[in-house]
Amino acid sequence: MKVQRWTRTSSLFTGGTAVLAVLLACVPLVFDPDVVQKLTTLLILVLLAAMWNALAGYGGMLSVGQQAFIGIGAYGTVFFARQGVSPYMAMILATLLAGAISVPISLFALRLRAAQFAIGMWVIAEVISIIVRLDQNLGAGTGISLIELNQYEPNFRQAYTFWLALAFAVIFLAALFFLLRSPLGTSLQAIRDDEDAARSLGVRVAARKRLLFVLAGFGCGAAGVLVVANTLFIEPSSVFSVQWSAYMIFMVLVGGLGTFEGPILGAVLLFAIQTTFTQGGPWYLVGLGATAALFALALPRGLWGTIEERLGLRLMPVGYRVVEAQREKKVA
Amino acid sequence: MTLLTVESLDCRYGLLQAVRGVSFEIGQGETVALIGANGAGKTTLMRAVAGAHRPHGVFDGIDITRIPAHRRVALGIALVPEGRRLFPGLTVEENLRVATSRRRGRWNVKSVLEVFPLLQPRRHVAAANLSGGEQQAVAIGRALMSNPRLLLLDEVSLGLAPVVVDAVYRSLTDVIREGATVLLVEQDLTRALKVAGRVICMLEGRVVLEGDAASLDRDRVVRAYFGLKRPA
Amino acid sequence: MTLVNAVLQGIFLGAFYAVLACGLSIMFGVMRIINLAHGDVAVLGAYIVFVIVEHTGVSAFVAFAAALPVMVVLGYILQLTVLERSLKAGILTPLLATFGLSIVIQNLLQLTFSPDVHSLGGSAGVVTTSSWQVTSGLSVSALGIVVLAVAVLVFGALQVFLSRTRAGWVMRATAEDADAAELVGIDSRSVYARATAIAVAIAALGGLFLGIRSVFDPVSGPTQLIFAFEAVVIGGMGSLWGTLFGGIALGVAQTLGAQVHPQFAVMAGHLLFLAVLIVRFGGGRAVLPGVRRALLLRTAR
Repeated sequence: MKVQRWTRTSSLFTGGTAVLAVLLACVPLVFDPDVVQKLTTLLILVLLAAMWNALAGYGGMLSVGQQAFIGIGAYGTVFFARQGVSPYMAMILATLLAGAISVPISLFALRLRAAQFAIGMWVIAEVISIIVRLDQNLGAGTGISLIELNQYEPNFRQAYTFWLALAFAVIFLAALFFLLRSPLGTSLQAIRDDEDAARSLGVRVAARKRLLFVLAGFGCGAAGVLVVANTLFIEPSSVFSVQWSAYMIFMVLVGGLGTFEGPILGAVLLFAIQTTFTQGGPWYLVGLGATAALFALALPRGLWGTIEERLGLRLMPVGYRVVEAQREKKVA
Repeated sequence: MTLLTVESLDCRYGLLQAVRGVSFEIGQGETVALIGANGAGKTTLMRAVAGAHRPHGVFDGIDITRIPAHRRVALGIALVPEGRRLFPGLTVEENLRVATSRRRGRWNVKSVLEVFPLLQPRRHVAAANLSGGEQQAVAIGRALMSNPRLLLLDEVSLGLAPVVVDAVYRSLTDVIREGATVLLVEQDLTRALKVAGRVICMLEGRVVLEGDAASLDRDRVVRAYFGLKRPA
Repeated sequence: MTLVNAVLQGIFLGAFYAVLACGLSIMFGVMRIINLAHGDVAVLGAYIVFVIVEHTGVSAFVAFAAALPVMVVLGYILQLTVLERSLKAGILTPLLATFGLSIVIQNLLQLTFSPDVHSLGGSAGVVTTSSWQVTSGLSVSALGIVVLAVAVLVFGALQVFLSRTRAGWVMRATAEDADAAELVGIDSRSVYARATAIAVAIAALGGLFLGIRSVFDPVSGPTQLIFAFEAVVIGGMGSLWGTLFGGIALGVAQTLGAQVHPQFAVMAGHLLFLAVLIVRFGGGRAVLPGVRRALLLRTAR
């Protein structure tokens, strides 16, 4: 009997994702800027889903306020660009800013449980939104454009943005991947299952949750940066909207809360729905909300979680398997 | 007349089986003591009879297996739960009044307070502020308010000083004399043997000994309690 | 004088918030659920009143009386379909399910009615517009008095219900220990349904007042939810009278904030809410030493 991390399937799949990443990098060279822009949106969704899952699925923290960091990333980019920093440098700085701001917020937010945390984060997002709205230099309530990007020719700009999105997605997913494979990962599972029991075993709950929270702060900030890079124009009511949280909740619930692959599946699904129902408006949102609620009540493990359970399948080697002579039994 | 029949009772908590294939009967007017070490399955058995756990059982000719807990009270089964489980924010009177059912009988707030006179001056005190003995009295009184035909008592002596337990059992004897059928779980062997007509001893979820309290010698009971084998 | 007037207007505003928050507080007190669709339920109530007013021309208050039974039924349905399942599932599930529900309600409203704003002020009669000038700087509106009176009445009635009626004791018992309640013959399912029905009905009342004081549209729900939740938290979660106090505190904070800068009103409420959270949950103990240390380091240089 031995404890195994990699199986044939997961080795194949991980190798496959590396190949996929390389292939994706070639996208701007092959497709039109329109397609590239759409795929950038897909990458933004993947990033957001992975981050929200990191918070809720692995950390047990349900935030309805991650749009705070999306907004900081977006407006931060504009702010730094206006200070004369080159646009893509401004994007890196804005991401760092979002992550930095998440640290002091974590000092108090992480002491809140469940509903207080969820709505507390929402209120924080509202506060930041109001502060931004008051700043005339950032376009106040009417919005602002990242005109500094106009120095690039549209095709190149779209390509650079796509590569940045791909880089962010890979970096944050990889960070999450290694986090989960580390001893930290197992303790996170313990925290999610029973926080008090984990604490009594010596797991430093607060530190671990803070790590996830800050990671999500960076990640959502990166997403915000990509939003302004991709769409060029932002306004407070859209970039700080709780609608982002709605999308994140949908992607993760439907994809599979607490699984690594689930959120990616959820992002692809949402992307597919969004591109099919472009004029959907209220009907498609009704569908989203109802589906999210139904999954929460009836299929809490999401699509991927259920598939994983039924087939014993694990594509990414994030857990452990206990292998006996003939039969394989999954443990983690 | 048989009031309660329990047949091949199986109770689980997830993968853990707490009660295995237990069967017994209780006749009307009997007082039966359920004894056994911690973890033997006594509380689970009591909760199953009261409806908080779903096993197979027949009460007064009615199959109660599918009947939820709150409706078993209307049928005449009342449990005094382990740990009392009073409603801490409600007063003594409110705790009692909340438990009235449609069943008619001699028990109401006034008669309960007569049987537990220590509660009279504490009538409007919140349950959280009562002493252990007072809480136990309220817990028993609360179960009585539904005028049950079968009274289930789970560890009423737990956490109470001996002198308090004496008082509780004195009131209990009055209740029993009124003709109630009682199934009680009691850690204190002596008390159990004194108040009960029949004894059922459980070990690891099974019934290992059953008989009249008077005819069983203490030695035999102790051996069954701890699962010691009798010398050949 | 403007300060006193601001506080007075804040009390009237706060009474409205208290009514809005009451239902949220009840559901949390009895079931430990925060219904993220609460604001949307209030707005739904406002729309039902609106529909009745449009079709019959009666006053908004009469229309509300007719809308009330509809809301009560909706409350029962809500409990028995969505909330009951989420109760057994865990802490996150009710939040997620009600969040999804919130989106469904908002968008169904948007499909049924246009995205335009509506108001019930026109059909509420003289209450909407009357006011008395008490002194040169102090004005008291009829609507403010009505809302304040209704708020006190509603909270008072609930208090009486919970402390003096058997149904109220049953609800408190179930809130404190649902398991033990079942063992004494209480059907916790129906108690929860009753609590939700009451909560939804009072939320609809909040919606009525929202429609009379100002305007509403299909997406007004989330804003009302935030105010309601802030009121509940400020007053202390789980305390009924605390919610009334919290609502008023929130209202006063907002009107005082407006004195500083018109756009600062809502922000002032948010800051009060966050401050209460910090103080109550000890985050201050972590933040304060850090801040003190940082300040000391600076002065040491």
